[in-house]
Amino acid sequence: MADEALFQFLHNEVIQYVYKSAENGEMENGRCVSKLEHLGFRVGQGLIERFTKDTSRFKDELDVMKFICKDYWTSVFKKQIDNLRTNHQGIYVLQDNKFRLLTQLSSGKQYLEHAPKYLAFACGLVRGGLSNLGVRSIVTAEVSVMPACKFQVMIQKA
Amino acid sequence: MARQSTRSTDSKKMNSELFTLTYGALVTQLCKDYENDEEVNKQLDKMGYNIGVRLIEDFLARSSVGRCQDFRETADVIAKVAFKMYLGITPSVTNWSPAGDEFSLILESNPLVDFVELPDNHSNLVYSNLLCGVLRGALEMVQMAVEVRFAQDTLRGDNVTEIRMKFIKRIEENLPAGDE
Repeated sequence: MADEALFQFLHNEVIQYVYKSAENGEMENGRCVSKLEHLGFRVGQGLIERFTKDTSRFKDELDVMKFICKDYWTSVFKKQIDNLRTNHQGIYVLQDNKFRLLTQLSSGKQYLEHAPKYLAFACGLVRGGLSNLGVRSIVTAEVSVMPACKFQVMIQKA
Repeated sequence: MARQSTRSTDSKKMNSELFTLTYGALVTQLCKDYENDEEVNKQLDKMGYNIGVRLIEDFLARSSVGRCQDFRETADVIAKVAFKMYLGITPSVTNWSPAGDEFSLILESNPLVDFVELPDNHSNLVYSNLLCGVLRGALEMVQMAVEVRFAQDTLRGDNVTEIRMKFIKRIEENLPAGDE
């Protein structure tokens, strides 16, 4: 628990920083999300390397996704993904009914407009993790009522 | 099978890796954004300050530590309770000034720098400068103005990491705290 507060505060500061440098005209606002995502990507790459060093080989893509939903999510956000759905054509939807980075924010529709800021880093974490497991993807997130959140993973076929 | 068993046992450590790596990504980004190390140090300190002013609330709520009578007690709480709680380490408190208004925290290990090596062209970067800001911000919220800086850093070739803290003054209750 303890480390977690620290991470959440740091995460908030990172968001603040990225958005503030956008205000100063150093980059356009739309790039903030992708910048945060990129930071998350790097972190995800590092994390997955450490988490998988003792695991057995993955059978297939679904196996990789299961690992992300269970072990990876638990290590990072202290709970599993609540629901994993796929169309078996490279699209996965990961639903977290109580997403850690949103629980402090609101439980409802208040501040909904700010939610994307708090999800970009997490999207990057997922994409970075997958990327180091050899799966190229695009990860987006959507929220209708906080703190529930859906991550959509679109696998990019090479 | 191994996959299942490795997970839950050291989940706490995993989390500090998340923190360490996130911090690393932030410093990397700052180094890209700012040309010189001094600016990066300043920015890290500022962000730390913002964290500190919030973290103190979390700390007081969870630790049941009361008001400190003197700076020595403050030093003990910082080293034995706060550092333990948030970073899982207990720095030693040494090098008291005769007046009792200055001391050093010696960190045997620094979780922030777990996977870090400083390149030669960043010799002025104080990598963990966020910590100084955190300490300053948190203490300011309990009416203590302090000066915090890194006196030694293992990243820069010193034998230990040393944070030097100097008490400046008590902040009067009715004044608005800080100017940032």
